[in-house]
Amino acid sequence: MHILEKKLRDAAEQGRTALIPFVTAGYPTLERFWSVIEELDDNGADVIEIGVPFSDPVADGPVVESASVAALKNGVTMRWIMEGLRERAGRFKASLVLMGYMNPFLQYGLEKLARESREAGVSGFIVPDLPLDESEVMRSLLKENGLALITLVGPNTGEERMKRYAEVSEGYVYVVSVMGTTGERASLPPEVPEVLSRVRGAFSLPVALGFGLRSPEQLAELPEGVRPDAAVFGSSLLRHIAEGKTPADFMNVWRS
Amino acid sequence: MKKGYFGDFGGCFVPELLMPPLMELEEAMKAILPSEAFQKELRDLLVNFAGRETPLTFCPALSRRLGFEVWLKREDLLHTGAHKINNTLGQALLAKHMGKTSLIAETGAGQHGVATAAAAARLGMKCTVYMGAEDAERQSSNVRRMRLLGAEVVAVESGSRTLKDAINAALRAWISLQGSTHYCFGTAAGPYPFPDLVREFQSVIGREARAQMLERAGALPDYVVAAVGGGSNAIGMFSPFVPDASVKLIGVEAGGTGEPGCMHSAAINLGRPGVLHGEYTMLLQDDDGQILPSGSISAGLDYPGVGPEHAHLAAVGRVKYGVAYDHETLNAFQTLCREEGILPALESSHALAYVLEHAGEFKPGSRVLINLSGRGDKDMDIVEKALNL
Repeated sequence: MHILEKKLRDAAEQGRTALIPFVTAGYPTLERFWSVIEELDDNGADVIEIGVPFSDPVADGPVVESASVAALKNGVTMRWIMEGLRERAGRFKASLVLMGYMNPFLQYGLEKLARESREAGVSGFIVPDLPLDESEVMRSLLKENGLALITLVGPNTGEERMKRYAEVSEGYVYVVSVMGTTGERASLPPEVPEVLSRVRGAFSLPVALGFGLRSPEQLAELPEGVRPDAAVFGSSLLRHIAEGKTPADFMNVWRS
Repeated sequence: MKKGYFGDFGGCFVPELLMPPLMELEEAMKAILPSEAFQKELRDLLVNFAGRETPLTFCPALSRRLGFEVWLKREDLLHTGAHKINNTLGQALLAKHMGKTSLIAETGAGQHGVATAAAAARLGMKCTVYMGAEDAERQSSNVRRMRLLGAEVVAVESGSRTLKDAINAALRAWISLQGSTHYCFGTAAGPYPFPDLVREFQSVIGREARAQMLERAGALPDYVVAAVGGGSNAIGMFSPFVPDASVKLIGVEAGGTGEPGCMHSAAINLGRPGVLHGEYTMLLQDDDGQILPSGSISAGLDYPGVGPEHAHLAAVGRVKYGVAYDHETLNAFQTLCREEGILPALESSHALAYVLEHAGEFKPGSRVLINLSGRGDKDMDIVEKALNL
C-alpha cells in the first residue's frame, strides 16, 4: 500500500478525517514558509501539499494565484524547494506532496525531479494541468521512484473516465468539489454527495475532498455514508496566514 | 502519432474539469462540421455576412521596385477588419449547433474579441470577452466596439494583465460555464482540438489564395509569407500549400525593437519547448519554466507562445520562421500605404517587412504571396506616435 493511501486509511481507522493543508512554497516569505510547514506538521497534518508556484496557474482562484505571484517575487524556484526539502528530509511526520503545473516540472527535468523528490522525502505529486491522457510519461517516472501521481476528478468526470483513472491511480483520489477554480466557498454545491458516491463506486482508494472548503461544518453537513476520508484546504489557510494568524490555530479548528 | 499532436508538439494539458467540454467539442467537430447543412450555413455567413471571397491584389509598384511579383491576399477587407471573423463565425455556428447559448473569448488587441462579438450578435448568442486590463486601456476603441456589439468585456487584472492572462481567465471561466457556453478560442493554439478547429476555419484563406494564384498568375506562388503570433492567419494561409513542395513557406515573428534583451514575441526563434495554455509548444520562458512577458509594437502578435503546428513545421523545416523588428514593420506599413494605397495592420506589416528587408532572398521574377491579414485603422495612434507624425 502506498504511504499516502496508508496515511488516509490510518486516520479513518482512528475515526477521524485526515487533514491535508496546502501552502504555496515560499509564502508568505522564504523563512516563514518552512516554519509554517513545521507548525502544520506539529499540529496534526496527515499530508502536506506544497504548492510549486507558476506564472500561469489556470486551475487556481485569486488567493492561490496571488500567493504564487508573491512566492515568485520572493525568488522561489523548483531548486530552492528541493534544497529546502533535502535539508529537512525525514523530519516530518506528515507525508509531503508537491502540487504544481507541468511546465516548471518539465523544465526542471522529470527524471531528475522524480529521483530528487524521492531522496528529499516527497511521497507524491499533484499536477492540475496533466489529465489522464497526457500523464503516462510522468506517472511511470514517478512510480519508478515510489511516488504517486494523485488523480483529480470533478463533478463532470464520467464513470468511464473514472474507471480508467482507477486502473492507474495510487495514494488517494482528490475530488474537486466545485465546477470552478481553487478558493473557499460559503457552502458546498448540492451535488457533492452524489459525486462522492460515484467516486466511491469507481475507486477503491481513499477519497480527499478539496477546492472550496473553508470550515469543518461543511463536511459535517454531508451524509455520513459519503463523507470523504480527507479534507484539503488551501485558500482558507493561505488567507488565515496572510492575516498573521498561526497555522496551529487553523489546524485546531479542523481537529476539534 | 498521438492524438492531438503535430510531431512532438500539441496535446491537451488542461485541468480534468475541462476535459469533458473539450471532448464534447471534438465530437461536434466530427459529427457536425462535415455535414452539408453546417457547411452551407457557414458558406452563407462567410460570403454574405463577412464578405468572402477576399480579393487577391497584385502590387505593381512594389513588384517593379523589388524585381519579383508581390501579391496580397486581402483579409483586411473582411467584416470587422481581419481574418479573425473566419474563425469566430465557424466556431459560433458550431457552438449553436451544439446547443450552446453563450460564447466566451479572450482577446489581446481586441480584434478577436470584436469578431466574436459580431458573430455572437449575428447568431443571437450571449458574448463575454476577457481582455487583459493593460490591453483594454491601450485598445480602448476595440473595447467600445465590443460593447456596442452587445458583448460584456471583462478587464483581467491578474498576472501581466495582457493576452496570456486573458486566456487564463477565459479557461477558468469555462470550467464553471461549460454547460451553456463555448469557448471561442482565437488562434490556432491552446489544447486539442482548438489548433485543428481554428486551422480548419482559417484555411479558407489559403484555399482561396491558391486557386486565385493559379487563375490570375497561372502558377502557384514560389513563396508564401505570413505573420505569426499565435499563428492563425499563417496556418490558414500555409496549410493548403504545405503539400506543394515547390512552394516555400515563410512565417514572420515579431522581434520587438531588436535591441539586446528587448521584449519580443519570437517564440519559435528565441523560445524553448514547454507547456502553456494546454499545449506543448515553443514558449518564452525563464530557466525555471516561468512564462516571460512578450512584447511587440503589434498587439496582435504579442504572445509568449505559438500554435503547436507551427512549432512542428519549424522543427521539420517545412516552414522557415524569420523575424521582423518594430522599425522594419513601421517602414513596411508606410511603404504599403504610399506605394500601393493600402493601410495594413501592424501584424500583417511584419510579413511585408520581412519581404522588403530580405528582398535579396527572393528569386528575381518569382511570385511572392503575402497574407495581408488585417487592416491598419486600429493601429493609427500607435504608428503616429512611433513615427512622430
